Parts: sequence; C-alpha cells; structure tokens
Amino acid sequence: MTPGLINANPVVHAKKERVARSDDLHADDAVDALDVFDSVRDIRDPEHPYSLEQLSVLSEDSITVDEKLGRILITFTPTVQHCSMATVIGLCLRLKLMCCFPPHFKVDINVSPGSHANEESVNKQLNDKERVAAALENPNLRQLVEECLLSNEL
Amino acid sequence: MGHVSSDIIAVRWYGGNTPLKPSFCFCYAPFHRRENPHRFPTRSSPSTPMANPSSWISHVEAFVDDSALPNQKLASVDAIAALVKKDLLTLETLVREMELYLTTPDHIIRSRGTILLAEVLTRIMGKSLNASTIGSLVEFFTSRLADWQALCGALIGCLALLRRKDIVGMVKGGDAKRLAKSFLKNVQVQSLAVDDRKRCFEVLQCLLDTFPENMVTLGDDLVYGICDAIDEEKDPRCLLLTFHLVETLVQLFPDPHGFVADFANDLFEILGRYFPVYFTHQRSDDLGITRDELSGALMRAFCSTPYFEPLAVPLLLEKLSSSLPLAKLDSLRYLNDCISCYGAVRMMKYAETVWSALKDTIFSFSTRDLSLPSTVESVREMEPLGAQIAKAALNCLRTALSELNYPNAKPFLSLIVEDEDIEKAFNFVSGEGCYPVPSKESQSQLYALGSILSTSSKVSSDCCDRIFQKFFTPLMDMLGVSPSSTVDAFNAKSYSFLKAVSFGAIYICVELLSACRDLTLSTEVLPQQVILLHDEWFCLFKRFATPLTYSLGSMVATPDSSILVNEDHRHEVVGYAVKGLQVLTTFPECYSPISQDAYKDTLAILVNIITDIPGDSYVWRLSLNALIQIGLFIDKFNDSQKAICYREFVVQRILLWVSLDDSSVRFAQKLESVYEIGMTGREYMLAVTQWLEQAIFAKILEACVNCNFSSAEILLSMLKCYSHQVLPWFHKANSFDEVAMPFAINVWKLMGDNNAFNVNFKDQVVLDTIMMTMKLVVSGCTEENQVLIVQKGYTILLSTRSLFSEEKLAAYTALNSEGSESAPDSVCLACKDEWLISLFSSVLIALRPRTPIPDVKLILKLLMFFSLKGHVPATQALASMINKWPESRNETEESNVCSFEEAIELIFEMDLSSLIYSCPFRKLRDLTSNEEINLLFLKNDDKPFLIHALEGLTWIGKGLLMRGHEKVKEIVMLFMKCLLSNQDEIIKARQDGSADQYSFLARSAADAFHILLCDSDECLNKRFHATIKPLYKQRFFSSIIMVLLSSIKESDSKRTRAVLFRAFGHVISNTPLAAVVMHANKVLPPLLDALSVLTSDAMDKDLIYSLLMLLSGILMDDSGKEAVMNNIHLIIGHLTRLISYPHMMIVRETAIQCLVAMSGLPHARIYPMRPQVLRAVSNALDDRKRTVRLEAVKCHQAWSSIASRSLHF
Repeated sequence: MTPGLINANPVVHAKKERVARSDDLHADDAVDALDVFDSVRDIRDPEHPYSLEQLSVLSEDSITVDEKLGRILITFTPTVQHCSMATVIGLCLRLKLMCCFPPHFKVDINVSPGSHANEESVNKQLNDKERVAAALENPNLRQLVEECLLSNEL
Repeated sequence: MGHVSSDIIAVRWYGGNTPLKPSFCFCYAPFHRRENPHRFPTRSSPSTPMANPSSWISHVEAFVDDSALPNQKLASVDAIAALVKKDLLTLETLVREMELYLTTPDHIIRSRGTILLAEVLTRIMGKSLNASTIGSLVEFFTSRLADWQALCGALIGCLALLRRKDIVGMVKGGDAKRLAKSFLKNVQVQSLAVDDRKRCFEVLQCLLDTFPENMVTLGDDLVYGICDAIDEEKDPRCLLLTFHLVETLVQLFPDPHGFVADFANDLFEILGRYFPVYFTHQRSDDLGITRDELSGALMRAFCSTPYFEPLAVPLLLEKLSSSLPLAKLDSLRYLNDCISCYGAVRMMKYAETVWSALKDTIFSFSTRDLSLPSTVESVREMEPLGAQIAKAALNCLRTALSELNYPNAKPFLSLIVEDEDIEKAFNFVSGEGCYPVPSKESQSQLYALGSILSTSSKVSSDCCDRIFQKFFTPLMDMLGVSPSSTVDAFNAKSYSFLKAVSFGAIYICVELLSACRDLTLSTEVLPQQVILLHDEWFCLFKRFATPLTYSLGSMVATPDSSILVNEDHRHEVVGYAVKGLQVLTTFPECYSPISQDAYKDTLAILVNIITDIPGDSYVWRLSLNALIQIGLFIDKFNDSQKAICYREFVVQRILLWVSLDDSSVRFAQKLESVYEIGMTGREYMLAVTQWLEQAIFAKILEACVNCNFSSAEILLSMLKCYSHQVLPWFHKANSFDEVAMPFAINVWKLMGDNNAFNVNFKDQVVLDTIMMTMKLVVSGCTEENQVLIVQKGYTILLSTRSLFSEEKLAAYTALNSEGSESAPDSVCLACKDEWLISLFSSVLIALRPRTPIPDVKLILKLLMFFSLKGHVPATQALASMINKWPESRNETEESNVCSFEEAIELIFEMDLSSLIYSCPFRKLRDLTSNEEINLLFLKNDDKPFLIHALEGLTWIGKGLLMRGHEKVKEIVMLFMKCLLSNQDEIIKARQDGSADQYSFLARSAADAFHILLCDSDECLNKRFHATIKPLYKQRFFSSIIMVLLSSIKESDSKRTRAVLFRAFGHVISNTPLAAVVMHANKVLPPLLDALSVLTSDAMDKDLIYSLLMLLSGILMDDSGKEAVMNNIHLIIGHLTRLISYPHMMIVRETAIQCLVAMSGLPHARIYPMRPQVLRAVSNALDDRKRTVRLEAVKCHQAWSSIASRSLHF
C-alpha cells in the first residue's frame, strides 16, 4: 500500500435531500436511475469518512437504467486522476448492486471518460467477471469493501 | 434552673494542632428533669425508657468507621435520628457519648463526628428542642467554624440550627450574631470545595433572611466579609446563591450613607464581571440550572439598589452596542428592569443615550414577523434571536416612555418626536410615493418605524397626542384623505388617487390605528388609564376616520391598476387596507371613531369581496378573516347595536349569497365561509344552522324526488358540514338539543308529508349519510328529547299505509302464531318505505339505554320482519335494542312494555312459518341432519332467507356478547353447527345450484365471527351508548378458541376446514394481541395453516393481512418467543410463500418485515433456513413495487450477514 493518503484533501459537497417517492397504489414502480442512486449514494469512500455522494464521485445523472433490456450503467468519477481506489470503489458498487437488484440486470461500471489515468484498464478490470470474483475472494480486499458498504444508511 | 450548673462537662476542643480554649459547656438538664417528671411534663417520662447506649453506639462507630459504605453511614445516621425523634435518646446523652469523637486530635475522626452530630440535627429539624440545648449547640458549632479541618460538619450543623422555625425552638439573635462574627472571622469561603462553598452561602443567606436586625449591627464587617466570600465564584449553583445574597444584603442597608453605598463599587465590581452571563452547560446537565435562571438572578441583583446605577447603566449601554446577540438581548432586558427600579431621577440623564441605543437596535433588528397582522404567538425558544432582540428593545422603549417623565425635564417622548432619524425615515418610507419592489433595507426601516410609533402611542393618551400631532396629518395628506372628502365622493366612485398608493403610508397608518385601538381597549383593563373624548388626538383621529374608512374601502373594492404597481404590491396594499378596515370597526363602542353608516358600509365592502370576487383567494381569505375578527369582537364586548348590524349586513347577506346557485364558486368554499362566520357568535350560528337545515331539506327533495345528481353532491357536503362541524360546535356550546331536536323532528315531518316527499330514486350513499347524521343528532340529545323523536317517528311509521295496512299488521302480529299463509315475496319494499325504516332504525340505534320505546313488541316484530328481508339497519337497530335493554323495569307494568327475557324469547321463538317454509331462527337452531338442510334449500332456492336470518342472529349475538349475556352461546353454537356440517356430502347429494348456496351459508357463518368481534362505526359503539362489558373480546376468545381448534383437528373435509379456518382467522385477528399472545403456543400452528388455506382466494386478502399483522405482533412480543421458536420452520416456510402473494402489496411488505424480525432469533436455529429465505427474498428484489424491493434489500442484508463474513451464499 502507498504510504499516506492518495487524495488528502478531497472537496466535500452537501448531501442532497432524499426525494420521497409518491405512492401510486395501482401502478407498477419501474426501476429507475434514482432507485439505483439511492442504493449506492451512501457507500463510504475507502479513504475518507464521506459518502460517494458527498465526494461527488456519483450523481443521479451518472446512472442510466434500461428496464426493458435489463441494464444498469454507472459511470463514476474518481476524485483524482491517479486514484488507485477507483477499482475498490467500482468493486463496492458492483457488490452493492448485486445485493439490491435482481440478478437479471446486467451491470456495467465505468469511470467517466478522462477522469482516470488508466481509464481503460480500470474499466476492463471492473467488468471482468473472473477478476471481480477473484478480488472478492481476497480476504483483505473483501473486508475493505464490506466496511465501505456497512456505513450504508439504508 | 439553679441546679443546672451542677452537672457540667467541660470539653476541651482541638482545632488543628493548637488546642483551643475550652469553649463549650454542655448542660445536662434532662437528668434532673427525668427525676422530676411532674415539673417537666413535656420531656420524656419514665415510661419511655432511654435506649441502652450499647444499642446505638454501634451506629456512631459505623459512621465514623473508615471502611463503612456510604449507604451504611446513611443508615446509621437515620437510626440515631429516629431514636432521638422518639425520645429514646437525648441529644445530651448523644453528645456525651460522642465526646471522644468530637474532641479527638485526629482531625479525620473529629470531622466525621461533627458531621454525624450535624446530620442528626438536620434530620430532627421538626422536633422541638429547648432554648438551652439550642444555645449550647449553636455555641458549639460557632466555635467549630474555626476548626477548618472539620468545617463541613460545622456548616451543616449551623445550617440545621439556623433553619429551625420558631415553634420548634430557634436560634437567638445574639447567638446568630456571634455565629456570623465567627464565620466572617474564620471561614475562607473561596478556599473551600464547591459543596462547602454552597453551604457557606446558604448559611449567610439564612442569617440575612432570619436575623436582619442583628446582621445590620455588624455593619461594614458583614458587607466586606460577603464581598470577600463571593469574589471569584465560578460554580453556577453557588452563583445563583451569591446573586441572591447580594440582593438581600443591599436591601438591608437602604440608607444613602450606609455601608452598601460605600461598598457599591466593590460589590458591583464583583457582579459586573458576570454580565452578560456566559453559560455553556448543556440542557441535559444534572445541575438543573439554565442560563435564564442565572441571568434572571443576576438581573435581580443589578436592580436591587439604585446605588448601582452609575456603574450598571454605562455597563449595560456598552454591552448593548456589542455585536454578540445574546449580550444585546440581556442588556435590553436588564435595562428595562433597571429603568423602572432606579427611577426617573437617576435615569433621566441617560435618556438620550438610551434612546439612541434603542433606536439603533430597533432599526437593525426589526423584521416582518414582528408586525405582520395576526401571527400566532410562537414559543419563545422558537423565535429567532433577532426577533427576540427587537421585541426586548420595544419593551424597553415602552418602559422608558412611561417611566422617564420627570416633571421638570424633557420627557423621553420628545426625543422620539424630535429625532431627525425618525423624521427622515418617516419621509423616506411614506413620502417617496410608491416603491414597487421595496428593497429589503427600506422594508425593515418601515417595520422599525411602524413599531416605534405604535409602541409610543400605545403608552398613554399624552404620548398618543404628540405622535398624532406630528405624524397623523402628514400621513393623511399622503393618502389623500381630508376631513372634507365626502361619502358621496366615494359612492360616486369619483374618488381617485392622484398617484400610486404608497405602501409605507398605509402600513404606518394602520399601525397607528391599531395602536389607538389598543390604547382604547387598555382602558378596560387599566382603570387609571383615562381617555377623554376631547383628547386632542382623538378629535383629530375622529375627524379623519370616516373619510379614511372610505378611502381604504375603495382601495380594497376597486383594485384599480393605476394605483397598484404589481401583484406583490397589490397584496401588500390590499392586505393592510383590509386590516385597517378591521381595526376601524373594532373600537369599543364609546370610542368608535366612525359613524354608524360608515360602519355598515365597511361591513358591506368586506361582504362584497366575499360575494363578488371569490376567485381571488388571497383577498377573499383576508376579508373573511377580517369579518370573523369583527364578529368575535362584537361577541366579546356584547355590543348589541353592532350585533344587529353584523347580523343584517354580514350573516344574512352571506347566507343569501350561499343560497344562490352560482356555479362559479365551489360549494365547499361557500359552506366554509358560512360556517366560519357563524362560529363568531351563538346567534349567528343559530341563523346559519337554520339556513343549513332548510337547505338540507330542500336538497333532499331535489335529490331524491327529482333525481338531481348535482344536488345529491351538494347535499352530501352539507350533511358532512352539519354533522362534523355544526353539531360538535353546539355540543361545545352546551346547546346541542336546541338544534338537534328540531332537526330530527323536521326530518320526520318531511317524511310524513306524503305529497312532498315521494322518493322514487334510491341513492344508497345519500341515504347512508342521512342515516349517519340522524344517528349523530339523536345520540347527542337528552332522554326526554329522544322520547319525543322516537314518538314522532313511530307515529309517522304507523300512518304509512304501505307499511301498516291491515294486512301487514296482521302479518307482523301473526309472526309467532303458526300457520298464517302470507307469501314472503309479496312483501317488497318501496323506496319510501326503505327510507322510513332506515331512518327509524337509525333513531333506535342511537338511543340512550334508558329511553323508553313505544309499542316495543310491535316494533320488535317489525324489525324482525325487515331484518329477515335482509335490511341491515333494521337488524342493527334490533341488535342495539337488545344490547341496551334494561335488565329489569321497575316502572308500572304497561301493556306494551316487556322484560328483557320476554324480548329474547320473542326473537328466538318467533316462528316465521308465515313467511317461509321453515322458521329460520328456531329451525336454524334445531336443524340436525343434512336432509333437513337440504329441504330448506329445496324450498327457498332463490331467496337466501337463511342467510338473512344468520346475519340477523349475528348482530343480535354481537349485542348480547357486548353486554355479556349468556344467550350468545346458543347463537355461537348455531354458527358452529353451520360451519361443521359435512359439505362434501351435500354437494354430492345435490348437483344443482343449492350446493353453492350452502357453502355460502357456511361462509356467512364464518364471517359472522368477524361481525361479532369487530368494532363497528355504524352501531353498538360508545358514541351510540352501547352497553359494553369490559374485556368481552378476551372472554369470548378464551371460550371459543378451544372449540374451534378441536373442530379443526377433527374435521376431515377440506371445505369444512376452510370455513373453520376462516372463522378462526376472524376470531384471532379481532381479539386484542395481548390475549392471543398468551395462547401463542396453541394458536400459532393453526394460524399458519389458516394463512396457507386462505391464500388461494383473492377475496380474503384483508383477512390475510390482519392475520399477518397478528403474526408480526407475536414475533415482536417477548412472551410469544417460545411459540415462535417451536414453529420456526413452519413460520419461515409460510412467510417465504407470502413474499410472492400477488393480491396485496402490504402483505408482501409485511411478510418481508416479519422475516427481518426473525433474523434476530438465535443463529443456530435459523441458520438452516438461510438459503431458503435468501432465495425467496432475491425474488422479491424484482418486485413490482418499490417499497417491497427496499424491504427485500434490508431483509437480504439482515439474513446474509448471519453467521457469515461473506455476503454470498
């Protein structure tokens, strides 16, 4: 591990208020971007005691959902270009979505274009089933990821 | 007492290392007294023997012992005190036995000994002691004050002695003085710990409070000593005491050349440091002291003497200019009190400084909230600090105005009136014409000016005079009002504004008006406040008042675009114009500035807004509120002339407007305005009610005779208003009967009028609402009036040909004589009869238990008759009658009165063979074999009389159950019989439709349990005076549950089991949870079975939901744990199935929540089920509803984290 923090002084943004969803008793509630955002906004950053939302790593707009095709696409922005935590954040997102959404959704997780030095390799790593599975079998990594998910308010 | 000195023990005291002079002589008078009981009858007589020293000396040892626990020590003090209280031990003996402890050179032991003695004294404060004992004790403790190592006990002892009341023997003045001297000489307060300091201050306070004369003689020693003691104190508990101490001290020396006057500097130097109080303790602090308490105590100390004036006022003024809001607020409050305490002579020299400080504060802190019309008085803590400051500043201003009127000096008011800033502000806010969008700054300036002027004019008539002279005429000029502008000008609408209206001018004007009004109103509460009608301001005001009224009126009535700039401006101007009108019309009668005509015109203007522009909701609401306020004012001041005006010009005109069929206004809005206007006074409400009643009857006719659907809608809203608003209002006003009784009678009159009321249209909703209204009306009436209502209804009923023809009458009376052959289907209810029966039933439902009913037997039969035809209200009326039937009637037997037993007999034995082939009630009870049942259905294949009979029995059963009557058992057994008969056979036997009917019967019998136990809104509840036996549900539950469970176990037919489960479900879901949980072990397995049986039918979703709620109740209850643990597999299995229940979302949601609750059970038990649960919950992640999905995520998390580090499974 690198000594010291990768981004020692992140910019912290205010949390947005949670939108109360209207209850329509008869219609079906389709999965939408806000659903996905609500489930991942409180994931803690691996380095700081702030949520991904507060660090502006994620926003509702960076998530697209296609219910018909069953796809969720999340694009996140690491706080610094050379952030080695980007993969950990991606792993957290993937694990969280695995718990919160039915398995028939195909989840794609990318860093936003130009936001990371090794954009391509990070994207590849995050969407490779085998590598994700392998990463989750690493006890240290697993613990780190679960700690990040624990702070969830949900 | 010559012999007293013969028995003296001289005790040698040690203080620290140096032995003190023998200073304490204890007199043992009691020994002699005991020898002479006749001379001293008050002391303990020989019959109460002294306690043996060996019995209590152990307590002393325990207390002094180092190793004893605190509560042991406490117990030993209590024990000794108890002995002393009971005269089993004298104080003298105690002291003598403790001698060693009190005198030993070991200071730890000595200190404990002293504390013990002091604590005992504290506990016997209510016991009377003789003077010499007290004297000796005081002397002892006084000397002990010099012993710094044992000081704690000495202080406690001094306190206990000083606090004694005169009747139980108190310390003498001379002794107290000696004590005080010793204290001042020996005790270094500030070097002590906090508890001891606190005691020191208490001792001083006690001395000052109880022995003021003796303390005064101590002179400057005392003042100096106290200064020394309180200097540098920091603990809040002690500070509270010290502030009070200073307050008491300075009041002892009121003399201008006294010691306090000399020490004022020193004292204030100590006090002044604490201002403004800086206190950071949290609210939850165990000290129980708030900042407000401290600040208040300090304030009282500040105000205690005028000698503080040269020191305090400059300090306060300095802190007032600080930027710290709390300091500002405190300064203002202190200043306010100081002005009134120090007096005008001393304060006059600060007048200018005070004014300029106040002016600055008010101008920088005034906000809208302060002056907005009719804001609710909010709690102080909730108010923003800025508003609090502004309020305190205005308070202070008020005090200054009323106090600082020194005859030979310029009054404080002159400062305000002659102030240039005020003048400038006045010209600025009102003179510059109109500013369409006023800047924030000028707005707050406006509010500040308004509040200053209105506060000043409210103080007294004189103040008002000067303010008016200076500001009122210019204001009127600005608004273009002159005394000569005539009414005609207004009427001709030629009254026009030269320029756009200045909002500022209107605002200030209205503020001044309301200040005047408050001033006149204050004469009611403050008799010394005299306002003469020839006071200058009043004459001036009166000259302008009427033209001003018309001017304001025209602003409200004709929102001419030329005078208004934009929407905001319009709202502001019109809002304040309406408020101005309201103020002008709410002066007390003798001070009313406007003429009667102008008053009427004002009302008319406001009413016109209500009637003409209901679309403009802002102005509409404002005028309505103004009218309501005017009405309330009239009501409060009992102004009869104005009341007549109000009635004529407001109430009647509004009623007229409401009656018009004007589709542009929502009817609900109209109704609301009428009701709110009515609320202002009883008389008006009566008028409104009368109108409402007539309107309701007219609409009933329209809706039901002419089949007008839109009238039906209006009728419903009127009925709602009547029953939910008007009736409760009269109930509160204690005149319910006055309104309700005529209403009920009129309903009957309407029904009785054959020509007018000819219903040919049936709208169940309308009928239900009318019935409900009728029930509410009747239930609130007194018994006497209820009798009249029932009588009237009964007469109407009797006179109805279709119901009471010869033939029908025969049918009713023949109900219990067999053989009459009138066919059942010939009885068919016409619409009107239906109304009559329904309304009559509603009346019966709502009666009080003691209200007699005419012709009971006939009515019973009539109700039976309709009940069997499936008329539910009749059934409910029957049940209500049975429920409330008095146990025994002592009155003289009348022919139409029957006892409860007779009535029951009548119902159960009634043979309805005249109507159907077989008597439903009796035969239902007797039916034994399936053939008989078959036979029943064979005869009545298209009319489910049996079902109606069953329903009737259910309601009657409910009535009986609620009053706790035995007969209900029979009915329940009958239901059981219906449930248990073997359905499969019947279905096999009968291939046609009657089998369906049979299963319908069984199902109805099951549903009967729901009716038996549920709480109904319609009847048999508290509101309708039902007899309710406590815990009747619990009793029923415990009696029926075993029967049901064993039947379920024994039955082998699938259908039978299904209906049994249904009945079982109704029973347990309607019984209070606590009763069910007690039987959790027995109930849980069948509950789960019921869940699985009932899931097949979507119709049962409500039952499923209530069962699930019951299950979750058992899961959450501690006493249900054991049963849950025993059935863990079953429960989880059923819950996982319910996760996919398609018919109701909350069932799925609740099932998942139950699973979350179960994840808290011991891991070893639930771990095997983990994969099963997780699989089911994963499916729920894909649920159609979002709430279910979210619950599923929580549940997934809860279960996946069980006994595993991994989220996978």
